[in-house]
Amino acid sequence: MSLVPNIAGDLAFSPRRIRAMVLRYLFLLKGSWPRIFELAYWPIMQMVLWGFFTQFLLTNSSFIAQAGGVLIAGVLLWDVLFRSNIGVAVSFLEEMWSRNLGQLFASPLRPYEWAVSLITIGFVRVVLGIGPAALLAIPLYHYSIFDMGLPLVAFFANLLVFGAAVGIAVCGLVLRYGLGAESLAWVAVFAFAPISGVYYPIATLPGWLQPIALALPSSHVFEGMRAVMIEGVFRWDYFVDACLLNLVYLGLGLGFFLHIFRIARRRGLLLQVGE
Amino acid sequence: MSEHVVEVAGLIKRFDRVVAVDGIDFRVPRGAIVALLGGNGAGKTTTISMLLGLLIPTAGRVTILGEDMLRHRYRVLPRINFCSPYVDMPKRLSVRHNLIVYGELYGIARVRDKLAALAHDLALESFIDRPTGQLSSGQKTRVALAKAFLNDPELLLLDEPTASLDPDTADWVRNYLRRYQEAKGATILLASHNMTEVERLCSDVLMMKEGRIVDRGAPAALIAKHGRQTLEEVFLDIARGLSASAAQGAARGAAP
Repeated sequence: MSLVPNIAGDLAFSPRRIRAMVLRYLFLLKGSWPRIFELAYWPIMQMVLWGFFTQFLLTNSSFIAQAGGVLIAGVLLWDVLFRSNIGVAVSFLEEMWSRNLGQLFASPLRPYEWAVSLITIGFVRVVLGIGPAALLAIPLYHYSIFDMGLPLVAFFANLLVFGAAVGIAVCGLVLRYGLGAESLAWVAVFAFAPISGVYYPIATLPGWLQPIALALPSSHVFEGMRAVMIEGVFRWDYFVDACLLNLVYLGLGLGFFLHIFRIARRRGLLLQVGE
Repeated sequence: MSEHVVEVAGLIKRFDRVVAVDGIDFRVPRGAIVALLGGNGAGKTTTISMLLGLLIPTAGRVTILGEDMLRHRYRVLPRINFCSPYVDMPKRLSVRHNLIVYGELYGIARVRDKLAALAHDLALESFIDRPTGQLSSGQKTRVALAKAFLNDPELLLLDEPTASLDPDTADWVRNYLRRYQEAKGATILLASHNMTEVERLCSDVLMMKEGRIVDRGAPAALIAKHGRQTLEEVFLDIARGLSASAAQGAARGAAP
C-alpha cells in the first residue's frame, strides 16, 4: 500500500475517500433518530439489568464483594466488543440494503479504504452507544468505569479492534453469501462470549477449553480487567498478548474480506446483492 | 494519445456453465456515442460491468483511456463514470448528501460549487434535500446523472439510461447527454434496447445476441444493410435469427 499518487491527484490510500465513507454513515445516523436511539438502548438496558444483579450479589458473594463494579465493567466492556462488531457489520449491510455496492466500486474507492471507514464508523457507534450507559451507571450504581483510568483505554482499544476484526470477516461472509447470511452479523460475535471470560475467570473453563480461550484477545482483556479491579494491578502481559493477538485477527479479517471481495468481482456479486 | 477510448479484445465472461459474453472485440473512438444494443440476456450489462472493473473477465483484454483495466483500473476510474437504473444510491440519504459523498470519493475540488452547478443544470434544486428513496423515477435518473457527471468524465458508461422514464423525461435526458458530449468532447458507451434512443443519439451500434456481437455499424448503414425502415426492425431480425440477406427477402415479402 502506498501513499504515492498513482496518477496526478489520486492516492492509492486516500484519507479523503475514507472520510467520504465515514461521512456517508454519519449522514445516515444524523438523519435517523431511531438508529441513534437503538445504539444506546441495549447497552443501557444491559447495564441496568446487571447493575441490579450486582447489587444483589454484593451482599451474597465474596467474589463480587471484592470489587463491586466487576460485573458492570464486564457488561460495558463486552458491549464495546459487541457494538464494534455490529457497528462495522451494520454499516456494511447498509450498502447491501441500498444496493449501492456497484456505485461505490465504480468510483475510485478501494476495498481496503472502505474497510478502514467501516472500522472508523464502528468506533463512532461504540462511543455513541456505550457512552450514555457508562455515564448513567455513575448516578444509578455509584460505579464509574472511568475510574479505571488508562487501563480502560487499553481494554477499550483492544476490544474495539477485535470486534472490528470479527465484523470485517462477517462482512466478507455476507458479501459472499448475500443477505441470506445477514443474521451472521448479529450472532457471530456471541460465539466468543462464553470463552472470553467476560463475567468469570478463564480458569473456570474446562482445561481443554482454556488454550482456545487464551487464543482470543478478548479473554486477555477481561482477565486484565479483573486484575485491575480486584488486585489493583495492570497486567502488561495480558495487554501485550491482547495487542499481538489483535494484530493477527485484524490481519486475518482484512485478508479474508479482500479475498472475498475479489471473488465477488469474479462472480458479479457487487451487482447482485440480495438473498 | 490513442484514438480509441475503449478497446476490447477477446472478452469472455463465463458464470459456471453459462457464457454471458462470448469473445467480443470492439473499439470506441474518442468523442463517439456508441450503443450496445441487444435483448435481455444479450450480455450488455455484463460487458459494461467488465469495462468498469466491477466484474473480472474470464478471458480477454479491456483497455480504457490507454490503461489495462485488469491491472490499472484505479488509474482510470477517476476519469470515467457510469449510470444505471439497476444500481441505486443510499435511499435514506438526501440527494445533497449522496452527491457530496460521491464528490468526495471522486476527489472533486470544491464539491459544493460543483453540486450547485449540477443541481442547476439537471434541475435538482426543488428536491435536493429530500431523501433519494422518495423521488420519482425521473428524479432518480437525474440524480444518477448528476453523480455520473460529478467528475466531468472523459468516458461515460450508461446502462439503459432512460429505462422506466416517460417519453418527455427520456427525451430531456438524451438532449442533456448530447449537449454534454458536444461540450466536453466526451465518449459515451450506452447499453440499451431502446431503438429510438440509439437512432437519435449514437453514431455506431454494436448489436449483441447471446453474448456475441452479431452485427455492427452506423444506424443508417445497418438499416440499409438489412433492407429495413427502422433500427427496431433490424433488432427484431437479429433477435429472431434472420441474416441480413434473409431479412431483405423477408422485407420484400419472401419467406425468410
